[in-house]
Amino acid sequence: MEFSLKVNGETRVVDVEPDTPLLWVLRDELGFKGVKFGCGVAACGACTVHMDGTATRTCVYPVEAAAGSDITTIEGLAVDGVLTDVQQAWIEEQVPQCGYCQSGMIMAVSALLAETPNPTDEDINAAITNVCRCGSYPRIKKAIQTVISERGAA
Amino acid sequence: MASQKKKLTRRKFLLGTGAVVGGGLVLGYAALPNQTKDIAAKYKGNGQVLSGWIKITADNKITVIVPHAEMGQGAHTALPMMAAEELDADWDLVSMEEAPGMPEFANQPLAEGFIVGDKLPNILAPLINKAFYSITQAMDLQITGGSTSVRFTGQYGMRVAGAAAREMLMKAAAKEWDVPLGDLSTEKSHVYHRASGRSATYGSLADAAAEFDPNPTPTLKAKADHTLVGTRTVKRLDVPSKVDGSARYGIDAEVDGMLYAAIARVPVHGGMITSLDDAAALAMPGVKKVCNLGYAHAVVADKYWRAKKALDAVDIEFDGNGNEGLNTDAIFARFARDLETSELEYDIDEGDFSTASGRLVEAEYAVPYLAHACMEPMNCTAWVRDGVCDVWTGTQAPLMARTAAATAAGLEPEQVTVHNHMLGGGFGRRIHAENDYVAPAVEIAKMAGAPVKTIWSREEDMRFDEYRPAVVSRFAAKLDDSGKPTAWQNRFSDKREPVEAPLIPYAVENQSIGYVKSQSHLKLGPWRSVDHSQHAFFTESFIDELAHAAGADPLQYRLSLLTDAPRHAHVLKTAANAAGWYTGVKDGRAMGLAVHESFGSIVAHVVEVSVGGNGMVQVHKVTCAVDCGEAINPDNIESQIESAVIYGMTAACYGEITIENGQVVEGNFPDYEMVRLAEVPGIDVHIIESGAPLGGLGEPGLPPIAPAITNALYVLSGQRVRKLPIKNYEFAATA
Repeated sequence: MEFSLKVNGETRVVDVEPDTPLLWVLRDELGFKGVKFGCGVAACGACTVHMDGTATRTCVYPVEAAAGSDITTIEGLAVDGVLTDVQQAWIEEQVPQCGYCQSGMIMAVSALLAETPNPTDEDINAAITNVCRCGSYPRIKKAIQTVISERGAA
Repeated sequence: MASQKKKLTRRKFLLGTGAVVGGGLVLGYAALPNQTKDIAAKYKGNGQVLSGWIKITADNKITVIVPHAEMGQGAHTALPMMAAEELDADWDLVSMEEAPGMPEFANQPLAEGFIVGDKLPNILAPLINKAFYSITQAMDLQITGGSTSVRFTGQYGMRVAGAAAREMLMKAAAKEWDVPLGDLSTEKSHVYHRASGRSATYGSLADAAAEFDPNPTPTLKAKADHTLVGTRTVKRLDVPSKVDGSARYGIDAEVDGMLYAAIARVPVHGGMITSLDDAAALAMPGVKKVCNLGYAHAVVADKYWRAKKALDAVDIEFDGNGNEGLNTDAIFARFARDLETSELEYDIDEGDFSTASGRLVEAEYAVPYLAHACMEPMNCTAWVRDGVCDVWTGTQAPLMARTAAATAAGLEPEQVTVHNHMLGGGFGRRIHAENDYVAPAVEIAKMAGAPVKTIWSREEDMRFDEYRPAVVSRFAAKLDDSGKPTAWQNRFSDKREPVEAPLIPYAVENQSIGYVKSQSHLKLGPWRSVDHSQHAFFTESFIDELAHAAGADPLQYRLSLLTDAPRHAHVLKTAANAAGWYTGVKDGRAMGLAVHESFGSIVAHVVEVSVGGNGMVQVHKVTCAVDCGEAINPDNIESQIESAVIYGMTAACYGEITIENGQVVEGNFPDYEMVRLAEVPGIDVHIIESGAPLGGLGEPGLPPIAPAITNALYVLSGQRVRKLPIKNYEFAATA
């Protein structure tokens, strides 16, 4: 069955079963390999993308429900090759280790900061529930604060 | 172009040993002339391969070839740093490339016959001979594990290679300019002759430099002259690709015409399929093949989702090989029984426990099986055709992967090419103790007659891991009137490696440490810090119990017994001072500490805990001191300690793989819970550069965290956690 998806500003047509999780469509049909498979039950967040700006775990999100939404993957964050401030903070604080969860982390944090520019620790704890097995969390916290303070200064 | 004229004049070998995971392997380094040729032939391209692992091209760019995998530990940056430091390279022009899975790169820091001379640890000397070289080859090295990359490959390989290459470049300049070598200097990838104002880039000198033989014992820089090593100026080379989604892991491999497979093992470990009905699955869209591997079945389809759905439509019956009735309690009962009845083997048996005088203190501890739960589930893409096999995966041991693939494909290892990728977590899981993901993927691809990417579901990954062993450990000690232990006896139910894991740094006269071999039907493998992960919990809990039995401050008690271990004492004091160590309960909080040596580094953690209103244990702060000899990449050391603390916290607080009916119960993150951002304590790392030989860092931060937490909980609650994980205990709120 054909579905028309708008991903990173481009409309693409895919031919898959309607219950196919968006994750596999993005990765294998459209080539957005930055979107990662971690658990298949929306428990770890490695597959997080933005659906109309909202952080969404795609491993349980059927493709048929995604048609019509504006989807952004990690590959679509940078504009004209310029990384976002969140991505830059990730480099500045040297956040990633194995890096596998970081696409999802960056997408989750980007969505949080767009919705809540000055989140409290509680806001951050509640919103960022993605799993990182390397334990990059202390640096994720630092990087979030870096972004907040730089945006505040701008 | 220079030819392969370099001749290896010395057949010398460097061997590092010990703490390498996986079936008692010894890590070896060696070099023979034919390997040198192979490496040069493979890597020459448009540049010159100088001293084995360093390639310089005419545009003055330097590529450092690293024979280790990157799994987040930073080896892909620290090793090039060490080479670039000695080379006086312009870091902005340095890049790295991972060595392919070829025996020529089998952890040989001295690819052109360099030796370390007097730097070789004495204990390794007897191992240096040609016979051993063949053994290391047969053992399939080129492993990333045992926290070895920096301390062996880096220290004995990259530094020497960098310094030797620099000498060769200077010799080339001296010859060309007809000036004395001593008048030359180097800086930022240039050779300078200050007197005449001449300079040349390394790139322009590379061809001429390759005419010289590398010096196997070049002079290395003094620490004070370092401009890269030990500084915080270097950013990790792999990080940019990990923030824009461009990093490629095994699961991202793409091959033209590739199919996808989903796999399911027989649910009971050790079981085999007795019948398989694939009719329904074969009728489903896109399904190409159903494979019966005996121990598992797999469905190959044109899309992964189709393969995964069809997997459930395959009907199998299996024989559980007698394991159907096993459960966790029965397995631990077996350990306990074997501890009573099996013959002991001893790590240490000195003095006589029975005649030692003093008050008897006894305790029994246990730790559960643990899964690795790498973020990237196991996966492997394989293609077997026309007498060759290609494998695309993320592995800590490309040569072992190659052998596993060859066996599965019915080929010789030389017919297999392993394309290694970034690892979405390793932690020992991707070392192939049991060859359990490469081999099945190759079998499936061979049956399908096409390139196939096999992806394990999270549930398959977790239920069929190579688990960290569960162990029961019993202790008895005798305390004299002052509370000092006169005898220490330890008996535990399984031993793997490293051998020294159960040993204690404390001065106790009579020591007997012995074990039996007792295991279940689960497959086991190395897990971050290997046996240290269990034994630090056991020994650092028991010494803490002795301190409390003696009515002593756990810090002072340990220090009084660390008379023969000054580095341990210093590390412990550093952590305690930085943490503001206190005894007893203060504002609903308490502190605990532990110290442990592993992989050449000594780490102490001091933690502060409380129990929240919901009964949840809260770790507020972890203060860490680490003596790793010398700090190569300080920022990354902190990162690795933070990582090990959190990985260890997850294990201590939540980690538990349990068995029912011979099957693993926990299948995904909801039932195998992880420490997440909200629970992460402040982690404060203090690096001690003692000048001792370089220690590892990927693992040593892990072992002491569990006992530090449980020791703190004892002070806080009076309840001693003797069996991990902590989640199985109830604590009253303190804060």
